[in-house]
Amino acid sequence: MGSDRIEKLLEKYFEAATSAAEEQELRAYFESGDVAPHLEEYTPMFQFFSQAKQERYTRQVPLKTRSMPYRWLSVAAVAVLALGFYFGNQYQEQREAEYAYQQTRKALGLIAQNLDRGTEKVAHLETFETTKQKIYKNQ
Amino acid sequence: MTQSEFLNIVMPFKDKLYRLAKRLLISAEEAEDATQEVLLKLWAGKKQMHRYNNVEAFAMTMTKNFCLDRLKSKQSANLKLVHSNYAETGASLQQQVERRNSLEWVERIMEELPEQQRMILQLRDVEAYEYEEIEKLLDMKPTAVRVALSRARKAVREKLLEKHRYGIG
Repeated sequence: MGSDRIEKLLEKYFEAATSAAEEQELRAYFESGDVAPHLEEYTPMFQFFSQAKQERYTRQVPLKTRSMPYRWLSVAAVAVLALGFYFGNQYQEQREAEYAYQQTRKALGLIAQNLDRGTEKVAHLETFETTKQKIYKNQ
Repeated sequence: MTQSEFLNIVMPFKDKLYRLAKRLLISAEEAEDATQEVLLKLWAGKKQMHRYNNVEAFAMTMTKNFCLDRLKSKQSANLKLVHSNYAETGASLQQQVERRNSLEWVERIMEELPEQQRMILQLRDVEAYEYEEIEKLLDMKPTAVRVALSRARKAVREKLLEKHRYGIG
């Protein structure tokens, strides 16, 4: 590559008038190691640009995977709460039903007791009836 | 979007983000933090990602804004960014040492440039971005980009020749 052409390109380069391809040509020229002595002073500049492009981001790309379980945790918590309410309600209803059953039983028991007492009294009446019958027959 | 899909999108330009961040923040560690921050933000907003037709340009803009904010807050807190990237690697040949030194000069010269010029040099001469991309990224007019680029290149040349002449590092 002629140094004349490179000189012209450099002139354009410093006026920011070079195309991307021309700049690539300049970088390649100074990378080659075969630089005309009077252009040597530009070498560090272009070599630096080429070298700077080699730098790498060495850390792991950070991906927050922790946030996902947390989100699922809240969903799970809501599910547990909802189930709790559902089954809690069922249990409560069952207890209420049992209580009502017991109360009804008690009430029915009371009625039965009183009914028994009633039939005792009616039993007296029966004795009265048989005695009355006896008296009728004797007449 | 799965993690691997995200990585496929991000992998080709993550180094560019880091290099831009480092050009602005100078400290390698600060630049890594900034890159990580930007990638995290991208990952968090991955659902909107399909709406940007150019994810790379979007990420580069994010990096630029993040770093400039960071510099501003550091400045207002009167803190200087501390960095220790000048680690000398043992070179066997005198010439190799010299070359590395002169490359380091260029890096230091670039650090002295105004932020905008630094970004333009980084985007054009290191990453070989097209002018239109740079205009969009930095929100500048075409002529303004050319003028700033020309100034930045000339400034680097002048300082480099100065150092070359006097042989001071």
